Amino acid sequence: MAMPLLRGIGLLFTTVFALLKGLRLTLAMFFSRPITIQYPERKREVSPRWRGVHYFERNERGDTRCVACGLCVAICPSQCIRLVAVELDNGERYPEIYEINSVRCIYCGMCAEACPVNAIKLGRNYEFVDYRRENLVLDKERLLANRPEGV
Amino acid sequence: MELAYFLIETVVKVVAVFAVLMLVVAYLTLAERKILGRIQVRYGPNRVGPFGLFQPIADGIKAFFKEDLVPARADKTLFVIAPMISITAAISLFAVIPFGEQIELFGRRISLTIASLDIGLLYVFAVASLGEYGIVLGGWSGYNKYGLMGALRAAAQMISYEVALALSVMGVLMIAGTLNLVEIVRQQAGWHWNILYQPFAFIFYLVCALAEINRTPFDMPEAEAELACGFNIEYSSMKFALFFMAEYAHLVAVCAIATTLFLGGWDGPFNLPPALSWIWFVAKTGILVYFFIWERGTFPRLRYDQIMRFGWKFLLPLTLANIVGTGLYMVLRGM
Repeated sequence: MAMPLLRGIGLLFTTVFALLKGLRLTLAMFFSRPITIQYPERKREVSPRWRGVHYFERNERGDTRCVACGLCVAICPSQCIRLVAVELDNGERYPEIYEINSVRCIYCGMCAEACPVNAIKLGRNYEFVDYRRENLVLDKERLLANRPEGV
Repeated sequence: MELAYFLIETVVKVVAVFAVLMLVVAYLTLAERKILGRIQVRYGPNRVGPFGLFQPIADGIKAFFKEDLVPARADKTLFVIAPMISITAAISLFAVIPFGEQIELFGRRISLTIASLDIGLLYVFAVASLGEYGIVLGGWSGYNKYGLMGALRAAAQMISYEVALALSVMGVLMIAGTLNLVEIVRQQAGWHWNILYQPFAFIFYLVCALAEINRTPFDMPEAEAELACGFNIEYSSMKFALFFMAEYAHLVAVCAIATTLFLGGWDGPFNLPPALSWIWFVAKTGILVYFFIWERGTFPRLRYDQIMRFGWKFLLPLTLANIVGTGLYMVLRGM
């Protein structure tokens, strides 16, 4: 008779203690600082190796460095790069059309690794949204314009 | 003439209490979201106005302009009436709660209670159980299986815990010897708070009150995870908002009753002038409301059978034991 009663009282105390322990934890959390980053006002620092929206490096003429070799097109796993190459009067190859469909792109960065002249690179911008899918296709001009300052 | 004065006085008090209560309920929704947010180490709503202070207004406008749907196979009359019953019951509870000491105004003695009923506590329990109809009918009339399940659980849970709730305050009644809430507060004046004489009853009351207002860890009727909102699943627009307001008004009411019965009502550590005595009442109620939000951020929901077992096999015997203990104490002290 006495033992089950004692055990019951013991159980009661451990239960109440556990409940109070939970309450203490949440109270401590209540008085701690929130870890939220208030996004549009404050932005998170991205890693130096962050793979964001692509951009083109320029050559000494101020045009794209791309020589239209087609390696990025070949390696792209989601096949989102469209390239039409032409030959200029001085015999250089030049991308007449170079489009990255950024909706299809998985931002793996293989194009940047494959590029023999380091023309295509992945920037650090991740705020890239639009209401129309067509506007998310990056053409040559936009890729050149995407180049961040002072890189 | 006396009757006219009485009517004017009562109408003014009703309007004042109603207005303050609606304001409190509106900002309680914000307070709950903010406090839960801080407990989860985030900010909670802070975009609408400074510190999110206009959030309740935005919510209200949104609820008001939503489409008011009534399911095709619903029992339309009951479906419309159910939220009204809920909110009416929750607000009516404030009719007997004494907010403060009597004040002198225009040569009249005005008590800060809408109605100082001699059966105050009985009225509280009667009206509180009326609120269950709102939830049960609301869940049933929507013609939805989840709603029905929620209503069933609400009925079973609230009736079970109402027994323990009524028994938990019985000790206070035995000490006070009256059902009049104003009398009960007067008897506690000067540090004779009932929580000192009935500490266990206070804890039992809080637990039963949680079950009574369907809050976590006893929020069975609207268990989001398994019942997808339970009894209010088919409600939209202002009808849903009414249920929501009823829930918060009921929460405030339960805390106010706990303050009245156990924490000495408007009696405070030092005496304020009678016109300000309600400050103590508001402060104590606020602390209890904070506790109810705090525990919501802490405890997970119990399983249905655990709730029933806890209510009938644990709380009920303990509240009965509390009554017996109180009785023995009173006999031995010759009270």
